[in-house]
Amino acid sequence: MALPAQKFEAADGLLARHAAPEAGAVWAVEARDAAAARLRAMGAPMRRDEYWKFTNPAALTIAATQAAVFAVDEEPIFDDIDRVKVVFVDGVLRRDLSDDLSLEGVEIETLGEALAKDIHWARDLFGVLEARGQDPVDRPMAALNTAVAGEGLVIRVTGKAPKPLSLIYVHENETSDAVLHHLVRLEEGADFTLLENGPAAARFNKVVEVDVADGAAFHHVRAQGRDHERKTATHMFARLGEESAYKSFTLTVNGVLTRNEQVIEFTGDNAAATVAGACAGDGDEFHHDDTVFVTHDAVNCESRQVFKKVLRNGAVGVFQGKILVQPDAQKTDGYQISQGLLLDDDSQFLAKPELEIYADDVACSHGSTCGGVDETAMFYLTSRGVPKPEAQDMLVLAFIDEAIQEIEDEALADDIRDLLAGWLSRHRA
Amino acid sequence: MLEIKNLHVKLEEEDKQILKGVDLTVEPGQVAAIMGPNGSGKSTLSYVLSGRDGYEVTDGAATLLGEDILELEPEERAAAGLFLAFQYPVEIPGVGNMTFLRTALNGQRKARGEEELSAADFLKLVREKAKALKIDADMLKRPVNVGFSGGEKKRNEILQMSVLEPKMCIMDETDSGLDVDAMKLVADGVNALRDAGRSFLVITHYQRLLDHIKPDVVHIMADGKIIKSGGPELALEVETNGYADILAEVA
Repeated sequence: MALPAQKFEAADGLLARHAAPEAGAVWAVEARDAAAARLRAMGAPMRRDEYWKFTNPAALTIAATQAAVFAVDEEPIFDDIDRVKVVFVDGVLRRDLSDDLSLEGVEIETLGEALAKDIHWARDLFGVLEARGQDPVDRPMAALNTAVAGEGLVIRVTGKAPKPLSLIYVHENETSDAVLHHLVRLEEGADFTLLENGPAAARFNKVVEVDVADGAAFHHVRAQGRDHERKTATHMFARLGEESAYKSFTLTVNGVLTRNEQVIEFTGDNAAATVAGACAGDGDEFHHDDTVFVTHDAVNCESRQVFKKVLRNGAVGVFQGKILVQPDAQKTDGYQISQGLLLDDDSQFLAKPELEIYADDVACSHGSTCGGVDETAMFYLTSRGVPKPEAQDMLVLAFIDEAIQEIEDEALADDIRDLLAGWLSRHRA
Repeated sequence: MLEIKNLHVKLEEEDKQILKGVDLTVEPGQVAAIMGPNGSGKSTLSYVLSGRDGYEVTDGAATLLGEDILELEPEERAAAGLFLAFQYPVEIPGVGNMTFLRTALNGQRKARGEEELSAADFLKLVREKAKALKIDADMLKRPVNVGFSGGEKKRNEILQMSVLEPKMCIMDETDSGLDVDAMKLVADGVNALRDAGRSFLVITHYQRLLDHIKPDVVHIMADGKIIKSGGPELALEVETNGYADILAEVA
């Protein structure tokens, strides 16, 4: 079937929207050109695309950035966590607001610096995992990102990092249209935690490519919140070596359009990956989409997808999750659960769980549920004197906690719990 | 303490009358038992009094210490001093037993204009009460009723009762699913709470529980009404002869 011409016109429009980044080394220019060519070949995302049918990408693709007001009183998060802070304002690194880019066992450079040099591992990563992740599902916003991104961090972890690297995205300019591209390479046996939070920009496109070598462990905790008019597309592409671990958790509250994609590929045996997320949305302006694709191409790997969404007053939550098990990926253990908790009749949870299995000795399970607050539990709590709003918050937090429990670090998990409890207390019926 | 007058209740969803004019008074400090055949409306009475959704009061009134409770929300009834020990205590995964109990206690205190209890004072209070009911620290830490045995669930109900110190306790078939030892433990807990300012309405099918919790009065309920009231001997009569004689006598 021929693709509509406007898909391709829109792709050119996307590329034209962003100023060309600094040229960089030859390989970097080639990688960007290849990404632009990928985008031109697949076209811009449109509603009729299979993986955009629940989420209208228009807010991401239209030419003009709509002004987005944002809460300046953002709740502090990760405040009690000892971490190295790096601040981006409207997608631009601000060294004056950041800590020194130094962390034991970790080399940190800017994307601009790294792409101007000939760093072999960066060359083997930049746009590479993104390109691998384009098959079998197009991810045009990620190709756009590789083609135009000039800002980001390039992180190489050689040992066990003593504390997390915390990326803080500040939004000041009302119409900023920011693109960030981070590269993370964990060498054999390395251990590293990446934290992310903050509104970032009026419109925000972010890609993180994570290469986890044998025996290494990558942890990621992200909080997206407070900016009600957020329009963002984020992608994480990860490749997992033997006996490596990848754990990612995202909390999303508010936001007009949030599309978080994660594309995980197991290439080494005995590795484990968890992609978890919780979202809380209030109002018919809220639209949140988690799209996850896990490919098992190695033996005895375990993957978990755990997503919980609490929606009220017309909010929409989307989950598209896939587990693909290649013919040789025997002993795969794949798990996927997505659950929507609707606090009224106006909200929607749209789920598309997919399993595609070509190996014969695997254990894959998936489930998706959608429902309201358990009335029996509500009665039990209130009959003991718990006020109704607090009783509902308790049940909502209990519902979401299964996703939060996927965070390994208890202090980080508690931070997320506090943030969510605060949000719930401000968003009662 | 509790005064129920001509209470008529139907199911909200269907046209089915369950209570057909219940008249019942529980005096302060009294332990009243309600017995009756299946389907007589005993559990409905307990739910309607505690404010569960799904029932419609078509006539009559119920007051607790002179206050009309039928218009109140469940949490307001709790703050006013009403407590329902559930026949089937609800399991709530993800909500800690202690968090739940503390929020409940402080919710009630706040509603009554009393000062909230600090975490330390609360912990002390619960530990003391839990010990008497042989509830260990592990049970307190777990999510509400999750993984509890039948006996543990009922003991947890009594623990809540002893921490919240309600004035009017309704116990809905607390003996169901309990072995003899567990029943004794639960009864001891209840007996320890007996007080001139506290009343109990004990709903049960069997005399057995009433051997341990001695009632002052026994009411027989059938077809949505109290059909006979008497002393503890009435429970013994039911135990020996069943309800048939009493039903026949009234009819």
